[in-house]
Amino acid sequence: MRATLLPMRMLSREWRSGELGVLRLALTVAVAALTGVAFLADRISAAVAMQASQVLAADLRLESPQPIGEADLAAARRGGLLTARATGLLSVVFAGDRSQLADVDAVTAGYPLRGTVTVADQPFATGRPAPGIPPPGEVWPDSRLLAALGGHVGSRLSIGAAELRVTRVLISRPDAGGTFRGLVPDLLMNAADLPRTQLIQPGSRVTYAALFAGTPGRVAAFKHWLGTHQRPGQRLRDISSTSPQIRSAVDRARRFLSLASLVAVLLCATAVAMSARRYVGRHLDSVALLKTLGATRRFTVWLTTMQLLAIALLAAAIGSAIGYLTQEWLLYALRGVLASRALPPASPAPVAIGLLTAVALLTGFALPPLLQLSRVPAIRVLRRDIGPPRPLVLLAFGPAVAVIVLLIYWVVLDWKLFLGFTAGLAGYIALLVLTGMLLVVAAGRLRARAGVAWRYGVARLSRRRADSIVQIVAFGTGIMALLLLGIIRNDLDGDWRRSLPADLPNYFFVNIPPQSRGALLAYLHARGARTTRVLPMMRGRLTAIDGRPVEKMRFANRRGQHFADREQNLTWSATLGAGNRVVAGSWWTPADYGQPLVSISTEFERWLGLRLGDRLTFDIAGQPFTVRVASIRKVKWDSFRPNFFIVFAPGLLDKLAGTYLTSAYLAPGAAESLAGLARRFPSVSIFDIDDLLADVRSVLDKAVLAVQSVFAFTLLAGLTVLLAAVQSSREERRYESAVLRTLGASRRTVLQGVLAEFAVLGLLSGLIAAAGASVAAYFLTTRILDLPYVFSPWACVVGILGGGIAVMASGWLATRSVVRQPPLATLRADI
Amino acid sequence: MPSAQAPAARGSVLKAEHLTKQVQSPEGLLTIVHDVSLDIAPGESVAVVGPSGAGKSTLLALLAGLDLPSEGRVLLEGRDLTRLDEDGRALVRAQRVGFVFQSFHLIPSLTALENVMLPLELAGHARAREAALETLRQVGLKERARHYPRQLSGGEQQRVALARAFVTQPAVLFADEPTGNLDAATGARIGQLLFEMNAHSRTTLVLVTHDPELASRCGRMVHMEAGELR
Ligand SMILES: Nc1ncnc2c1ncn2[C@@H]1O[C@H](COP(=O)(O)OP(=O)(O)O)[C@@H](O)[C@H]1O
Ligand SMILES: [Mg+2]
Repeated sequence: MRATLLPMRMLSREWRSGELGVLRLALTVAVAALTGVAFLADRISAAVAMQASQVLAADLRLESPQPIGEADLAAARRGGLLTARATGLLSVVFAGDRSQLADVDAVTAGYPLRGTVTVADQPFATGRPAPGIPPPGEVWPDSRLLAALGGHVGSRLSIGAAELRVTRVLISRPDAGGTFRGLVPDLLMNAADLPRTQLIQPGSRVTYAALFAGTPGRVAAFKHWLGTHQRPGQRLRDISSTSPQIRSAVDRARRFLSLASLVAVLLCATAVAMSARRYVGRHLDSVALLKTLGATRRFTVWLTTMQLLAIALLAAAIGSAIGYLTQEWLLYALRGVLASRALPPASPAPVAIGLLTAVALLTGFALPPLLQLSRVPAIRVLRRDIGPPRPLVLLAFGPAVAVIVLLIYWVVLDWKLFLGFTAGLAGYIALLVLTGMLLVVAAGRLRARAGVAWRYGVARLSRRRADSIVQIVAFGTGIMALLLLGIIRNDLDGDWRRSLPADLPNYFFVNIPPQSRGALLAYLHARGARTTRVLPMMRGRLTAIDGRPVEKMRFANRRGQHFADREQNLTWSATLGAGNRVVAGSWWTPADYGQPLVSISTEFERWLGLRLGDRLTFDIAGQPFTVRVASIRKVKWDSFRPNFFIVFAPGLLDKLAGTYLTSAYLAPGAAESLAGLARRFPSVSIFDIDDLLADVRSVLDKAVLAVQSVFAFTLLAGLTVLLAAVQSSREERRYESAVLRTLGASRRTVLQGVLAEFAVLGLLSGLIAAAGASVAAYFLTTRILDLPYVFSPWACVVGILGGGIAVMASGWLATRSVVRQPPLATLRADI
Repeated sequence: MPSAQAPAARGSVLKAEHLTKQVQSPEGLLTIVHDVSLDIAPGESVAVVGPSGAGKSTLLALLAGLDLPSEGRVLLEGRDLTRLDEDGRALVRAQRVGFVFQSFHLIPSLTALENVMLPLELAGHARAREAALETLRQVGLKERARHYPRQLSGGEQQRVALARAFVTQPAVLFADEPTGNLDAATGARIGQLLFEMNAHSRTTLVLVTHDPELASRCGRMVHMEAGELR
């Protein structure tokens, strides 16, 4: 009992005295940084998933050409899920004597389960959220349909056998945008009116969809259940199979957050190790005294362990609280930047992560030196030069390395990333140690030629060789982390801006008849629109690969199977197009026109396991075409320009009937022009991608915000390292300064010496950091984030100058009071 | 060396037999303490004097079980310290031994009271606070109980150290130049206090000192030079 209380009492005394201040601070910042990131990443990825699920209008969407039995929906409701139905079919809609083919969607109450339907009172107007679904007897046609029919709110439309009243104009619905599923205008109606229309007849092409939404656990459970109950022809979609644009943004954001939080973790680990080292140095005497007074080794080990545990618990609690509050504050402060939709609440999981991390960091970085501390012999009370015996290298560094490796893997959860990062880190640290040693040697050579202040300052570096190396490693790592984050952030930001320019195409025009092509382009250009590449489009089915029929082939990849089973959108083009990059083979020249050649995207290559030179046979409009894969392209799908998985060489398919598509940027307020276009070219489908864009933008906004806050956390962690490093040599400096001043050195000379030492340390750390960050950024951007790398000379300048100045400034701040103190006070305190 | 022999009639609390301490140095094996035998009776006070570097502190460390001799053995209240492991010796120290050092060795993060309580807490004493306060009163520092070492003068710090040494009522008190870091007047007062408390508690005292005045107050004086008693 008493044995339990004593360590706590001693800890509380140490606590009050501030002896544990730096260790505590480092650990708290570590936990705050990590939990802050975890909270934020958690909530943002939940928000992103939510946003992605809005594209499905549900978390889970079951589609089928046959009616979906009520049993499935009932099972979902029993499993605590929300359900709704959406039934889609193509039908000609009449208004008086005018008619237009439309995609009629009949929905039940609750639709959409995710996302919102927006409506307006005028075609092409700005939408507002709709209150529920159209009541029975009412329909909400979209702008283009209404314009084509020459109708308005209040008109009556005939759909099949039923006559329904237009009460609103459909502006957007979650499951319409982003895909080319509907090439025709849209109409939303109540499922209760569907029987009255008598549209569903044997043989009519109807898509039945059941929508499900709920908590992740319940959705997963139901998905599993569905997997065992799925009927042929049914297709299950969830957020992992939604549009590539959002997924690639989410993926980038997640990867970047992981990397950034990893840097914060490593910085904090460094700070913890340095604080522990300092703590050990300052407590050799106390532990020797405790032993002299009769404390056993076991007791001192136990004392240390209990104290560490208490520190870990406290740091975890305070750190998590700070992390949570910081994250809350950030979200609050930047609420306006985010999309209006609120983020889901935070899960408590990061608190456990915080505690685990605190314990792991202490175990890896503080426990070994502290256990070593418990080995200091009692005799030290009489002979101050006797310290603890040298530890086994394995015991001293093993736990730290193990914890780092585990933490890295735990954060990235990806072998390739893990190996790359670990190897890079090990190389970097080895480089730092080597450079540190070189510096120490060089400093020893140079100091004879320098003035007294410089000599004193630089002498410190070479005299305390191990210390100097540790500090260079720490400073170097800190500066590199910040630089790396800066460079990557710049790259990401730059890339996002590049991929989302202000005049990004905001409308897609699909189904353009060949004869209307010129007129439509002229119409658009006359109204100031900038159009992108105009591509022909036709449907075709892949029938054989190298002569082997695809029906007989099995594809390991689900998407590959999907491609083999269905008709594809095909095109031909003479130009490669922006956002396309040939990664294998070569793009055709005019000499190749008319040759049986095809270019495929890397996705198609991967999903179907194709190779350059493979012979693909397509059935296009009943005609077989066998073509050779001449090139493989990497396509930027988030460029909002028309792009195809499969592109044929020109001159091969020209005679086949097809339609064209293009995208264009129209300045805001183009509603009139679009209404006119819809009237003049009734068969052309117009896709307003502003809605989808808003979704992608808001995802990106969130990612940028997360990145920025992680950046702030890492900055804080870096400062802790600086603090720990400077703190670790404070007492010694105080003493040296007092001695120097007693010997007649002016305060200025002492200060200059300190500045010289820190400047050399900072400049060198900065130099290595700049080089290291540039190399690391190259690998991260090109290999992992899949972005083009741009060398940034500013990183070197900022690294070297910033490093020098920052380290010098912290050195000055930390030693100011040391130098100011009258020498006598210091010397007397030391007696 | 008759002065080094203890009066056998009163038995012995501390007995050293042929103690030798050798250490490895860059110049080869160095003998710091050479064949020292010493017998100290309960309640006796012994001064160890000699020039700096003679090996006095090393001898003290061996006698107190802080270090192990290369040869010979130490019996404290009949227990052979050289046959105990480090933790066993720690236990003996906790229960039977007190220390006063030249450089005080107070724990800077603990108050005067907490420093005095420390050995009691380590020995599992029930009423540590009361006993510590009482001892602080004896050394005249009850009012400074809540002060930290750095807020105390050298003399005051050494008085706290004295309180810490006596608070466990040890069988043997080891003092290594307790006045060495103090000015003459303060040193004299500390010496006075040391002997007063020693007389009061009837503790056996082994005192290493340079101060002839202090040494002369001891019942016995042994001279040490170049690692040997003369
Ligand atoms: N572990 C050791 N290694 C090397 N030399 C030592 C060691 N311990 C003591 N000495 C040397 O032995 C001599 C005696 O030291 P010490 O016992 O402190 O003398 P005193 O206390 O009489 O001044 C000194 O010269 C000291 O440097
Ligand atoms: Mg000595």
